[in-house]
Amino acid sequence: MGIEVVVEGLTKSFGGQSVWRDVTLTLPAGEVSVMLGPSGTGKTVFLKSLIGLLKPERGRVLINGVDMVNSPEREIYETRKLFGLMFQDGALFGSMSLFDNIAFPLREHTRKKESEIRRVVMERIEVVGLLGAEGKLPGEISGGMRKRAGLARALVLDPQIILCDEPDSGLDPVRTAYLSQLLIDLNAQIDATMLIVTHNLDIAATVPDNMGMLFRRELVTFGPREVLLTSEEPVVAQFLDGRREGPIGMSEEKDAATLAAEADAGAVPAPPRRIVPQLEPSPGLPPRAAVTRRRQRVMGMIDSLPPAARSAIRETYASHAAAPTLTVPSAGSGT
Amino acid sequence: MIVGALRQTGRLFALAAEVGRAVFRRPFQFREFVEQFWFVASVTILPAALVSIPFGAVIALQVGSLTQQLGAQSFTGGASVLAVVQQASPLIVALLIAGAAGSAICADLGSRTIREELDAMEVMGVSPVQRLVVPRVLATMAVAVLLNGLVSVVGTLGGYFFNVILQGGTPGAYLSSFSALAQPADLYVSELKALVFGFIAGIVAAHRGLNPRGGPKGVGDAVNQSVVITFLLLFFVNMVMTAVYLQIVPPKGG
Repeated sequence: MGIEVVVEGLTKSFGGQSVWRDVTLTLPAGEVSVMLGPSGTGKTVFLKSLIGLLKPERGRVLINGVDMVNSPEREIYETRKLFGLMFQDGALFGSMSLFDNIAFPLREHTRKKESEIRRVVMERIEVVGLLGAEGKLPGEISGGMRKRAGLARALVLDPQIILCDEPDSGLDPVRTAYLSQLLIDLNAQIDATMLIVTHNLDIAATVPDNMGMLFRRELVTFGPREVLLTSEEPVVAQFLDGRREGPIGMSEEKDAATLAAEADAGAVPAPPRRIVPQLEPSPGLPPRAAVTRRRQRVMGMIDSLPPAARSAIRETYASHAAAPTLTVPSAGSGT
Repeated sequence: MIVGALRQTGRLFALAAEVGRAVFRRPFQFREFVEQFWFVASVTILPAALVSIPFGAVIALQVGSLTQQLGAQSFTGGASVLAVVQQASPLIVALLIAGAAGSAICADLGSRTIREELDAMEVMGVSPVQRLVVPRVLATMAVAVLLNGLVSVVGTLGGYFFNVILQGGTPGAYLSSFSALAQPADLYVSELKALVFGFIAGIVAAHRGLNPRGGPKGVGDAVNQSVVITFLLLFFVNMVMTAVYLQIVPPKGG
């Protein structure tokens, strides 16, 4: 089972300009979370802070008791082995073939024999659908393939926490859909904690258990997906509907005058949002252990959620016969 | 401005210390070291040999003409050899290691940094300093020491050729004044200089390569800075080492 990631009061700025302030959230163990946000709100910075590549000024990121911000470098390096990070453009080593790229973590961190490495790597290559391309250099393949190779490399050490930086950017809708399914399948197979940073609405609607959104230098909200999907917060609503009317402007924020003018013009209200069911693992795979855990967790906190989210959650669980009911004696907690 | 310069200096020293520690951390990247050694050697050997012949010749001609006027022509050999072994050879090595090897290392690390390859490496729990910088610094040090031997020999032979063949010096006087004035300590300090120069060139190249500013243009600037900074440091360090050497090692002729 994956590892819980606890973020407390994280604040990061570059040269006096703060990126976000006081971000506090918990990525529940083994669940899939999505962090939304318009371009330029520091989503990638957030991801890099989680893994200790960037050092926020204040706050903590706790993983297994190790603080990725302030702990000694040695402990941070050890803890990083629990992570798999998929970079926006793959960040493959340009001088190595895809096979060597994907084998790199194994060769560095394990004493496996070359035949064993070959077996593991080819398995991962098959999972991401790159069979036949393993001998190519990163410069010789398309952006989408590089992304998938980056994912394969992130997976090769069986990580407990998987971070994906915009897995959809540069992919066509079909490939994005496949990738969404792949991420859910992975979660079902290895039960890792996952955080996906994206501004793709399809991924946001179908993949995560939990969702958060960064805007205006802070975390707008983070919680079960229904909370964000039913939110009437203007920023969230604008973003989810992809409208121009709202607080998000071309250069991040609109000024008050523009907003007032918009309000006077009486913009057409957006049609009510519908919550699409979450993706299921592909047939033949085990059910996601996170589903049961999440259900218990969410039902435990349901009274503290906004009414709209509450009814949406009840509706989801009522209509969703396949999801294990609460009466199942804690099937997920033993893993 | 001054604070910025001091901060960069501090980071350079911090990297040097980190490299010093990481050298002893297992596993040693032997393969990377051999590859880098081969690369650095292959880009420096030929230019070094080609530069050292005219350099030895210039010193031989200049010193020869001077000693001729002073009537001390029989000491030409000793003087030109000392100049070649102690000064010219480590500096030629420094120029080539910084200009040919350092710039290539800086460009390589810099382009990897902006492509996030080094971030990816850190994320996988592999320290880029241990994995990439240490083998490169050790390779530049080793090549510098060996290259220094090569340049000393080629430079001395060049000086001999020009002095004896072109200026009509006597071979016997050249060699005897050589062994009268030169001592093993001259060679040792020359090799020590080369070792230090190789270290500085490797560290500066790695430091600039790991911290390029911005995109591809930043890498170009970093390479430029790395070569210039290395030159400045090397000439300064050479001055200090020469001064210290002359103070603590008694000259043989005296």
